[in-house]
Amino acid sequence: MIPDKHGHFGIYGGKYIPETLMAALEELEKTYLKASKDKAYLTELSIYLKEYAGRPTPLYFAKNLSRLIGQGRIYLKREDLLHTGAHKINNTLGQALLAVRMKKKRIVAETGAGQHGVATATVCALLGFDCHVYMGAIDMQRQALNVYRMKLLGAEVVPVTSGSQTLKDAMSEALRDWVTNVRTTNYILGSVAGPHPYPMMVRNFQLVIGKEAKRQILKAERRLPDYLVACVGGGSNAMGLFYPFFADKKVKFIGVEAAGHGLNTAEHSATLVRGDTGVLHGSKSKVLQDKDGQIKIAHSIAAGLDYPGVGPEHAYYQDIGRASYVAVTDQEAIDGFKMLSLAEGIIPAMESSHAIAYLKKMTGILKKNSVVIVCLSGRGDKDASAIKDLESR
Amino acid sequence: MNRIDKKFRELKTWRRKAFIAFLTAGYPSLPLTEKLVLELERSGADIIELGVPFSDPVADGPVIQKSSFEALKKGVTLKKILRLVKKLRKKTEIPLAAMSYFNPILRYGTSLFIEEAVAAGLDGVIIPDLPPDEEKVFLSEANKNGLATIQFIAPTTSRLRASFIAGRARGFIYFVSLTGVTGVRRDLPIALKSQVIAVRKVCGRLPVCAGFGVSTRRHVRFVSSFSDGVIVGSAIVKKISEHLKKKDLVSRVGRFVRDLKGSL
Repeated sequence: MIPDKHGHFGIYGGKYIPETLMAALEELEKTYLKASKDKAYLTELSIYLKEYAGRPTPLYFAKNLSRLIGQGRIYLKREDLLHTGAHKINNTLGQALLAVRMKKKRIVAETGAGQHGVATATVCALLGFDCHVYMGAIDMQRQALNVYRMKLLGAEVVPVTSGSQTLKDAMSEALRDWVTNVRTTNYILGSVAGPHPYPMMVRNFQLVIGKEAKRQILKAERRLPDYLVACVGGGSNAMGLFYPFFADKKVKFIGVEAAGHGLNTAEHSATLVRGDTGVLHGSKSKVLQDKDGQIKIAHSIAAGLDYPGVGPEHAYYQDIGRASYVAVTDQEAIDGFKMLSLAEGIIPAMESSHAIAYLKKMTGILKKNSVVIVCLSGRGDKDASAIKDLESR
Repeated sequence: MNRIDKKFRELKTWRRKAFIAFLTAGYPSLPLTEKLVLELERSGADIIELGVPFSDPVADGPVIQKSSFEALKKGVTLKKILRLVKKLRKKTEIPLAAMSYFNPILRYGTSLFIEEAVAAGLDGVIIPDLPPDEEKVFLSEANKNGLATIQFIAPTTSRLRASFIAGRARGFIYFVSLTGVTGVRRDLPIALKSQVIAVRKVCGRLPVCAGFGVSTRRHVRFVSSFSDGVIVGSAIVKKISEHLKKKDLVSRVGRFVRDLKGSL
């Protein structure tokens, strides 16, 4: 069983967290385990996923993109079509319904690109929670639209000005809030990261992506895919897609990290490709760090990938060779962003554009009949103005 | 015998309570930290906690966060802090505990860290993001080698878990006096007294000291009336930050600690 009952994925995972939070994590885990066997909870969640969020999402055969790449049959799992524009809502709905059961009235969350923040603010508006989203001051600038959306939804967006002023520091600040208000507050964490039970729980809320994709591809192709490709920041959309295929050994998993300005520079977020084992924000995993164990500041054009850590289950998959992890640069991601927009009339999120961009590097390994599923984790409206500014500079 | 255990035994004989002072190592500089440790000892501190600066101190409030970032900017590392401990050991026998997040220790190499910390004369470690449930090999190896692993108990910790933690802790129990991060506070929770009394019951002979938010002489007197000692961190670091430029920084901080400690 992965993880074990202490939340370990091999040597990774666990609960590396101040003692004050241990009771809250235990309560959350207990509530989650109970709910995951409770018919009333599961029914409620599946109704919201279907009628509110818009599941199932289509698996779209991208004919033009496939022709452009030249080899293989490429399918897009359209998480970008979900309510709020990204896969994040699969998880926030699940966690918010747990908060209802724990009778917590106040919610905190961290956000990078703002997608998780918006998805959290959305479910808080829906279910009547007091919502506080921590966001790096730099991210607030590059994702101004999402900041406004969160405010419209009634959330308080708290700017974080410490450290790198991005996702890493937003997460630290959200944890500090939770330590302080732990009795009244639930922390809705946005990725398969953090202390146990989050990596397991968030994975389980996201694996609906892979389950649907599996059913859909079997219907469309009458066989399993050869490759699954997804971007990895913390890694929740990738884990959601990969996990249901874990036992299908012939299906290869490719996680695409952000190489930022290049893997040979100091400015990237390729935690699995370039990082080392470390402990950050509650779990042991791969981390970008210096020789003294100080966490490095990550960089990516995609705010949602701009994080020096990664979910522990990905580090485990890498160790056991179940998945391979690669990285593409900011520029390659921008090219991917434009390529998909032009070829298919679908504007992808900058995060998802990393997965799209990697397809160009797969031409050597793809065969004519290869079947590839790419997780299109989010839509790119939020990025359009930033890319436009970049172009006009 | 570990210097921390010896100190508590001594204090017990004299029916006194421990005054534990926290300094961010390398703030404002390592030579000044050395002077401050010696000055705080003269001012009545019984144990010194040396904070190892970390880039992402999730358990710390703004005061210690800022001092950590300043120390990091100056290139302070765990290795340099162990060198400072070694230097201090030529001058003082005051018990020294390092307060560090786990990652710098993990990166150092856990076995190598234990070996070099003990050789340098460090007596204990306090790791706010390492509960006794994780890294059991490291924790027991540290204890076996005489490096006391001081553990936290929080107001949210259940009785059952408190006795589990007490069974694994060495040196003393660090009781977190409030739900929150480190920092200067005006008031401490009223429930603190009954919480500490309850925790002392499950801790047997292991001393229970309380910290987080302890900022004034009144706080020190209050907390020490029902615990085995008090830990003061942010208030001291804040004092340092207010007098950074002053020539008599060290003696000012010493006076502040003498005043805080009062008749403890």
